[in-house]
Amino acid sequence: MSTKRIEKIVGKAIPMPRDDIDTDRITPARFLKSITFEGIEKALFCDERENTPDHPVDNPAHKGANMMFVGKNFGSGSSREHAPQALKRFGIEVLVGVSFAEIFAGNCFAIGVPLGVASADDVNELIRQAQEEPETRFNVDIRNSTVSFGDRVIPIEIQETRKAAFLAGTWDMLTNLRSNLPQVEEVAQHLPYVTNFENDAQ
Amino acid sequence: MSKNTLYDKVWDSHTVARLDSGQDQIFIGLHLIHEVTTPQAFGMLKEIGAGVAFPGRTMGTVDHIIPTLSQIRPYEDEQAEKMMAALEQNVNEFGVRFLHLDSGKQGIVHVIGPELGLSQPGMTIACGDSHTSTHGAMGSLGFGIGTTEVGHVLATQTLALNRLKVKRIEVTGALGPGVTPKDVTLRVIHDLGIKGGLGFAYEYGGDVFDAMSMEGRMTVCNMSIEGGARIGYVNPDQTTFDYLEGREFSPEGEAWERGLAYWRDIASGDDAEYDDVYEIAGESIEPMVTWGINPGHSVGISQPLPEVNSFSGEDRNTAEHGYEFMALNPGESILGTKVDVAFLGSCTNSRISDLREGAQLINGNKVHPGVRMLVVPGSQQVKQQAEEEGLHEIFTEAGAEWREAGCSMCLGMNPDKLVGAERSISTSNRNFIGRQGSPRGRTHLGSPAVVVSSAIAGCIADPREMGEQA
Ligand code: SF4
Repeated sequence: MSTKRIEKIVGKAIPMPRDDIDTDRITPARFLKSITFEGIEKALFCDERENTPDHPVDNPAHKGANMMFVGKNFGSGSSREHAPQALKRFGIEVLVGVSFAEIFAGNCFAIGVPLGVASADDVNELIRQAQEEPETRFNVDIRNSTVSFGDRVIPIEIQETRKAAFLAGTWDMLTNLRSNLPQVEEVAQHLPYVTNFENDAQ
Repeated sequence: MSKNTLYDKVWDSHTVARLDSGQDQIFIGLHLIHEVTTPQAFGMLKEIGAGVAFPGRTMGTVDHIIPTLSQIRPYEDEQAEKMMAALEQNVNEFGVRFLHLDSGKQGIVHVIGPELGLSQPGMTIACGDSHTSTHGAMGSLGFGIGTTEVGHVLATQTLALNRLKVKRIEVTGALGPGVTPKDVTLRVIHDLGIKGGLGFAYEYGGDVFDAMSMEGRMTVCNMSIEGGARIGYVNPDQTTFDYLEGREFSPEGEAWERGLAYWRDIASGDDAEYDDVYEIAGESIEPMVTWGINPGHSVGISQPLPEVNSFSGEDRNTAEHGYEFMALNPGESILGTKVDVAFLGSCTNSRISDLREGAQLINGNKVHPGVRMLVVPGSQQVKQQAEEEGLHEIFTEAGAEWREAGCSMCLGMNPDKLVGAERSISTSNRNFIGRQGSPRGRTHLGSPAVVVSSAIAGCIADPREMGEQA
């Protein structure tokens, strides 16, 4: 599996202003039954969308958007990776928000979706801009940790180690982990429970 | 930075390498897999032509999708049948041990791990499910992971992880009558918030935990993640060792002695240092019930519901949304809120002690005619044990449904679901919108005692007052 460098994302944005949007809302549990991620983008916010005629995801003005602006604690709850997968397959390449749940953030990193954290005021400005002028082209610059539109440049925080991995194209962790397999064996040998304490380890 | 805690010791002894990402590569002692988060991960192995690195340290079962009315195949739900078939095919192809439905040992992963003696102190345990923190009750570190990470563990038996800080949660004194471990964990989440644990592992300790059963510790560790902490654990002690002795995968004879030595050694030292400590007096904990749409939205059962302006900033919006969605108002009492469904089950509260507690309370009473009550054991072994003790008869005589082992109404992935705007009182761990299978369904979380007392009363009721009503 080769991975790609992620340096810059340019495009329109979908504004999702609410806080505490959990993964049950992003992809309702009944969609977890599929055995591939294929088509999971159809599940994206589907219950809310059904009950909300003008849901931002369905708003034709945001069609073709490749980023999403979100509130606080986005992606809380269940660890399901279907949520970031649905976002990615829907076409979302980066999210900017006030904060993200930890497991969700890890899952996004694992599939190469950067998350940017900005102050509540700045995120509100981004959300307003995307709501009021949905055609705005936003520019997320991973290297410089900014999101900009027009003359406005907003600083975002991207976890340092993840940022480095996106820029270097080494975010696919599996390749890194596999290169240490000999050391894995060694650590296992020193853990007495690996043999169910049958041998004196150490 | 924390020092000489169980967390630090286990982390250090399981570190394989420091990665360029700044993360540590951590060896995983036990990988539990189930039908939901694995098919894509096995697909990934096939894509790169890799095998399972340590099949002997991997164990599979089914829990999320199986119907609990009857486990007979093929399932009516085609998609569920497909997932089952995919898992069976994968465990065969990759040589992974599997506790299938005919084994008598199938159940919710977080129930069977400890029950079979698979989860042991000083281990790192991973599973593609956020409630893997449950296994921390054994004195292990349980990591809830996503599908890509499941692939990592299958292919390398390791994970790339960030080291967490350690917060000691000390519950002093003793719990009052009718107050259970579920109330302790809801209280911790209430006090520290659903984000309070972000970046932390919680070490639970103090008199209340010293005196708590293993099942109770599992209930508390299970919900650590609802407070934002990916890891929650209790140091292993005599209670742990007594629980482990004689279980199927526990060591025996001389190996048992060596195990004991390792387990005693792995507990936090007397000189352990923590990044933070939070203290709660056990006496101050009441039976807790949630009123809103996340597990932090809870209240002591006799207290008025909190005012919206007691929440700051964005939390206020969520609280308002919670009140609106749940059709409740600040200042009111939660007692007397009518319920349609009572659910006793899930990896939080479906162990034999939970069922015993529920059965004792319901014995001689009847489930209110307006309430549908489901009692769902966490594993086939729990079910069998309960039936040997006659608990199933107590429940069915009271008018509750007695089911097969599984996740059931904890989440809407199997036929057990709320319908429309039904309101439930549930021993599960999440009251998120839509969690129990209906987008409009309303969930209140509580202990087995609260669920039973409410099932009998037809509305949310204080288990401490049951004696007086009867
Ligand atoms: S009982 Fe609920 S929380 Fe536990 S593993 Fe099953 S679905 Fe997840």
